[in-house]
Amino acid sequence: MDHHLPVLVVVTALVGAPLCILVRQPRVVWGLFTAITWSIAAMAVTLLLQVLSEGPVRYALGGWPPPLGIELRVDVLGGFVLTIVSGMAAVVAPYSLRSVEQEVDAARVHQFYAVLLLALTGLLGLTATGDIFNAFVFLEISSLATYVLVSLGRDRRALVSAFRYLVMGTVGGTFFLIGIGFLYVQTGTLNMLDLAAILPQWIDTRTSAVAFAFLTVGLSLKLALFPLHLWLPGAYSYAPSVVSAFLAATATKVAAYLMLRVFFTVFGQAVAFGELPVAATLPAVGLFGALAMSLVAVFQTNLKRLLAYSSIAQIGYIVTAASLGTQAGLTAGIGHLFNHAMMKGALFLAVGCIAYRIGSVRLEEIRGLGRRMPWTAAAIFVGGASLVGMPLTAGFISKWHLVSAILAEGQWGLVALILTSSLLAVAYVWRIVGFLYLRDAPSGAAPVREAPLSMLAPTWALVLANVWFGLDTRGSLGVATQAALGLLGGQP
Amino acid sequence: MTVETRVLFALLLPLLGVLGVLLARRRPNVREAVSLAVGASLFLAVASLVGPITAGADGHVVLARPLPGVALELRLEPLGVLFALVASFLWVVTTIYAIGYMRGHGEGHQTRFFACFAGAFFGVVGAAFSGNLLTLFFFYEILTVVTYPLVTHAGTEAARRAGRTYLGVLLSTSIGLFLFAIVWTWTVAGTVDFVPGGVLDGRADRVAASVILALFVFGIGKAAVMPFHRWLPAAMVAPTPVSALLHAVAVVKTGVFALLKVSIYVFGTDFLFSVPIREPLLWVAATTIVLASLIAMRKDNLKARLAYSTIGQLSYIVMGALLATPSASVGAGLHVVTHAFGKITLFFAAGAFLVAAHRTEVGQLRGIGRRMPWTSAFFLIGSLSIIGLPPFGGMWSKWLLGLGTLEAGEPWLLGVLLFSALSNFAYLLPIPVHAFFGEPDDPSSLEGVREAPLACRIAMAITASGCVALFCFPGPVHDFLRPVLSVGP
Repeated sequence: MDHHLPVLVVVTALVGAPLCILVRQPRVVWGLFTAITWSIAAMAVTLLLQVLSEGPVRYALGGWPPPLGIELRVDVLGGFVLTIVSGMAAVVAPYSLRSVEQEVDAARVHQFYAVLLLALTGLLGLTATGDIFNAFVFLEISSLATYVLVSLGRDRRALVSAFRYLVMGTVGGTFFLIGIGFLYVQTGTLNMLDLAAILPQWIDTRTSAVAFAFLTVGLSLKLALFPLHLWLPGAYSYAPSVVSAFLAATATKVAAYLMLRVFFTVFGQAVAFGELPVAATLPAVGLFGALAMSLVAVFQTNLKRLLAYSSIAQIGYIVTAASLGTQAGLTAGIGHLFNHAMMKGALFLAVGCIAYRIGSVRLEEIRGLGRRMPWTAAAIFVGGASLVGMPLTAGFISKWHLVSAILAEGQWGLVALILTSSLLAVAYVWRIVGFLYLRDAPSGAAPVREAPLSMLAPTWALVLANVWFGLDTRGSLGVATQAALGLLGGQP
Repeated sequence: MTVETRVLFALLLPLLGVLGVLLARRRPNVREAVSLAVGASLFLAVASLVGPITAGADGHVVLARPLPGVALELRLEPLGVLFALVASFLWVVTTIYAIGYMRGHGEGHQTRFFACFAGAFFGVVGAAFSGNLLTLFFFYEILTVVTYPLVTHAGTEAARRAGRTYLGVLLSTSIGLFLFAIVWTWTVAGTVDFVPGGVLDGRADRVAASVILALFVFGIGKAAVMPFHRWLPAAMVAPTPVSALLHAVAVVKTGVFALLKVSIYVFGTDFLFSVPIREPLLWVAATTIVLASLIAMRKDNLKARLAYSTIGQLSYIVMGALLATPSASVGAGLHVVTHAFGKITLFFAAGAFLVAAHRTEVGQLRGIGRRMPWTSAFFLIGSLSIIGLPPFGGMWSKWLLGLGTLEAGEPWLLGVLLFSALSNFAYLLPIPVHAFFGEPDDPSSLEGVREAPLACRIAMAITASGCVALFCFPGPVHDFLRPVLSVGP
C-alpha cells in the first residue's frame, strides 16, 4: 500500500472527477470532494514522512521500467509541494460548501467540483512525476481545468479574464513543449533523471541552450513572473473565491516547483549556474518584478486584485531566492513557497468571507468592516502582517532567510530592492487595514453579520498556521532545508 | 514568584489592561480604574525587579525560537529596567492627567484611546526587556502600529495626513534600515544577542561596522535624528496625553534606548570608539541639536515648539551613546529619565492651557499666569529642568554628558551643548515669564479662564516634584546604571 502512494495521490483525485459528475447532488458532491481532498492530504503527509525518513520514492507506472516507461518520483521537495497542494485543497474543502453555493449556479455545482478535482489532479501529477513530458501533460490538465474554473466567476469580466489566461497559458505551455522537444531531439529521452545523466555531454550545443531558454520562458509564463504576469490579476480577481484562494496558494507554486526541477534536476546546478547566466539575470528580474508589482498593488481599489498583484511580487521573491543557486537561497525560496501559500491562502479566504457577506471586495465597500466582521478583519490583519514580514509570522522567517541568502552573496543592490518592496507591502497592507478599522462605515450600509463558521474556521486555520510557522520553523524551514539539499546533492 | 515569572507578568499586564479596557467600555469610571490599576501594578512589578537585577539576576525568558540561533527572548539589564520603571510610573501619572483632559476636552472614542495606550505599553515593556535585537525590533514595530490610532485620534483629514507621515517615516526607516542592520549584524557576528562588551568586535571590519552603525542610527527612526525627525512634529496632532507620554517619553525614549543598547551591547563601547563613522555621526547628532533648537525658536505653536525641543534633547542621548565614554553613557541613561520628567511636565502644562483656556499658540499665553498660576508655575519648573539649571534633575544628566565630551576628547561638542542650553533658555523661559508678567493683547480674553482640571494639576505636581527629586537624589539612579555602562576606555 505504502509502495503505491505516489500514484494513489494522483489517481484518487482523477477518479473523483467523474464520480462528481455521476453523483450530481450538490451536497453529496461536496461531501465526496471533502473526503477525497482530506484523504489525499493524509496520503501526501504520509508520503512526505516516508520520503524524509527513507529517501526518494520511485514508482514505475504500469510496471514499465524507466526510462522507457513513465516514472513517478517523489523526493523531499516533491513531497513537500504535494503536501502544500493537497493541504490547501483540504483546507478549502469545508470553506467551499457555503461559498460555492452562493457563487456558482446550483445546476453546475457538481461540474465545478469535478473541474476543481481535475485541476488538483494536474497539480499533484506534475509534482509527483519524474518524466518531463508527463509533467507537461499534467501541467496542461491543470491549466485547462483552471481556465474553466476562472470562467465560472459571477462577474462577466471573468470570461475575458479566462480567455486571456487561456491564450497566455497556452503560449506558456507551448514554449514548455518546444523546450521538451529540443531536449528530446538532443538526448532521445524524457525521463528527468535520464536527461540529467545524458545532458552534460551535449551541454555545449546550441540546442540545449535554446531548450533551456524555452523551458524557462514557458514556465515563467505559467508562474506569472513579471513581465509575463498579465493573465494573473484578472484570473484571480474574477474567479469564484474558492478558486482564487486555491489557485493563489498552489498553481503558481507548482509552476515554480517545476522550474526548480528543470534548473536543478534536469540541467543541474553546475550547468544552470555555471554555463548559463541564470544567477546573473533571474534574481534581478524577480526583484524588479517584486518592486514594480508591489507598487502597482498600492494603487488597487479592488481587494482581490490588490492581493493578486502582491502575489506576483511574492513570486518574484521565490524566483529570486531559488535562482541565486546557493543552498541558502534555495532553502529560502522553497520555504517561501510554503509560507506564501499559507499567507495568501489565508488572505484570499478572508477576502472571500467579505465577498460572501457584502458581495463586493472593493476597498470603498469594506470601510469600517472591522467592527462588523471582527474575525474576518482580524484574519486580514494577521495575514497582512505576515505578508509584510512582521516578526513572529511566517512571512518574517521567509524574508529573513531571503535577505541573509542575498547578503551572503554580497548583492547589496538586491537587498535594497527587497527592502523597498517590503515597504510598499507595508503601504498596501496598511491601506486595507486603514479601510477596515479606521474609516467609518458608509452611511446607510446594510447591517452585516460575521461570516459563517464553516468559512471562518478554515481561514483561521491558515492564519494560525502563519503564526505557528513564524514561531516554530522545524516543519517548514526544516523540510525546506532538506529539500534544498536533495536538489543540490543530485540524485541520492 | 521567581524573577522570570515576574518578568512575564510585567510583559502581559498591559495586554490585560487592553482587555480590561475593552470589557469595561460601557462604564468609563471602571475603564479608567482598570487603566490606573494596571499601570500601578506594572510599576510595582517592574519595581520589584530592581532588587534582583542589582543582585545580578537577568530574568531570562525565551518566548519562542523562530530561527535557528535566534530566539524571541527577554533578558533584563539595568538600563531596560530603569526605562520600564520610568515609563510605567509616568503611565500612571498620565492616566490621571488623561482622565481630566479627555473628559474636560470632550474627546470621542475614549475606549479606543485607553486601549491603545495600554497596548503601547506592551511594546514599551517588551522593548525595554528585550534580550536581543530581533525581540527589540518586534516590540519596536508593535509600538509604531499601536500608537497610530492615537496619532490619528481626531479622525480629521489633517490627522490622517499626519498619521501617514508618522507611519511612513517610522516604518520605512525601521524596515528599510533597522532590520537591514539587524540581518547584517547577524550575518557578520552570527548572533543578535545583547552581550556586555558587544558582539561585533573582531568580527566586523571597520567599513562594515561603519555602515552598520549608520544604519542603526538612522534606522531607529524613533530617536528622531535628522533627517528622519519629521514624524515627531507630525505626531503632535494627537491629544496632549499622547504627545506627553508617548511622544516625549515612551516612543521616543524607546528609540534612544534602542540606540544605547546597540552602542553598549552590540558594538560595545570599546569597539564603538574605533569605528571611523562615529565622528561624522556625532556631527549629525550635533547638527540635529543645533537645528532643532533654531527651529523651536521660530515655532509659535506651543506643542510644535516642544516637539522640536524634544528632537534636540533626543540627540543629546544619541550623542551620549556615540561618545561611548563612561560619563557620557551614564549621562545618556540618566538623561532618558530627567528629560522624561521635564518634558512631560511641559506637555501636561501645554495640554492644560488647551483644555482650560483653548490656547495653542505661544503668543496667546501672555498674562495667563494670573488665571492659571499653578499650570504656569509647573511650566516654569519643567523649563528650568530642561535647560539644566539647579535645583532640577536635568542638570545632572547634562553635567555628565558634558564631562563625557571632554573624556572623549571632543570639546567642541561641549560648545554645542552650551549653545543648546542657551537656546533652550531663549525659547522656553519667555513662555512662563510672559505668562506671569506679560499683558495680554486683549485683556477681556482672559475672562472666564479658570485653572486646569484637578486631575491635570495633580499629575503636573507629581512630575514637577519628580524633577526636583531627581536633583536631590540622582545617586540611586546613577549607581543603578553604573555597573553596565562603565565598561569603556
